[in-house]
Amino acid sequence: MATTVAASADQQQLTIAGRAFRSRLMVGTGKYTDNDTMVRALEASGAEIVTVAVRRVDLNRKNEEGMLYYLDPDRLFLLANTAGCYTADEAVRYARLAREAGFNDFIKLEVIGDKDTLLPHTDGLLAAARTLSAEGFHVMAYTNDDLITALRLEDAGCAAVMPLASPIGSGLGLLNPYTIRTIKSRLAVPVIVDAGVGTASDACVTMEQGVDGILMNTALAQAEHPVAMARAMGLAVEAGRLAYLAGRMPRRETAVPSSPTAGMLD
Amino acid sequence: MNAWHKPRMAPHPPTRMMQSSITIVVNGEPRDIERDASLLDLLRRLELDPRLVVVEHNQQIVRRPALAGTALAAGDQIELVHFVGGG
Repeated sequence: MATTVAASADQQQLTIAGRAFRSRLMVGTGKYTDNDTMVRALEASGAEIVTVAVRRVDLNRKNEEGMLYYLDPDRLFLLANTAGCYTADEAVRYARLAREAGFNDFIKLEVIGDKDTLLPHTDGLLAAARTLSAEGFHVMAYTNDDLITALRLEDAGCAAVMPLASPIGSGLGLLNPYTIRTIKSRLAVPVIVDAGVGTASDACVTMEQGVDGILMNTALAQAEHPVAMARAMGLAVEAGRLAYLAGRMPRRETAVPSSPTAGMLD
Repeated sequence: MNAWHKPRMAPHPPTRMMQSSITIVVNGEPRDIERDASLLDLLRRLELDPRLVVVEHNQQIVRRPALAGTALAAGDQIELVHFVGGG
């Protein structure tokens, strides 16, 4: 039985814009104490999609080689983001630069509306999503856990919609399972929860809502042992996915004995 | 910055570099480079591998095959970007 469920889980591979991916866990490459730890954590996570940011080359520090020095584009799928952008125009500019790097047409679109919470600017997000989709980008839009915005992003042509579990880098876990479930139930494109997961149980509970995947960064990078946490997250995402497919038992307010009530001694 | 806004005469008194070099802005910082240099020449001066850098020239992306054929002019704004760690 367990084998059947596992097999059916494997068959339902994550597919975004027609491209199949081997893992439902996506990981970021920021905030690691060193690049060696990052590389080992990426490996331990089993993730295929790995996010990167677009920034100016630091012309004064020669020792900084950029991420391509550490990430093998033949084994990892490099998903560039527009992190740090506060307007649609800015995000579009960063996305075009990212595409020019020559790896793929996918972009993790972020348009931030507030420096303290890093919550998305939904107007800017929608405008940028429309522009980039029209230019042939496969847009994966980081958004809040709002159904209406998620639906509008899908209408705008997004290849995936990425609602947050809680604010970026907060590690507060899945704050509103209901809204995430609602979004998943209403969208045809993949729903990837992005940001807020703090530990393995958060990842598992998130996957149990039926979403297609999770993207996380700080939970690995800032764990005491990033490589061990990466493995835990890989297992949690898989466990949560399997549990979702397996279908949980109904919740009851009363106890029901697991052992027979008959056959008790006098 | 539009081409017609560039002064035909140097705004400052001529310097010894005047004849042979121009000043451009690279990643927000002024930088001198020889007159007639191309974008590819600029990358070579900076010891940057063109395969690992994306070049924006006055807000227009210049693809790798066009780098050698794109000449620099005084006042040009160049952005050189690459991938760094991010979430």
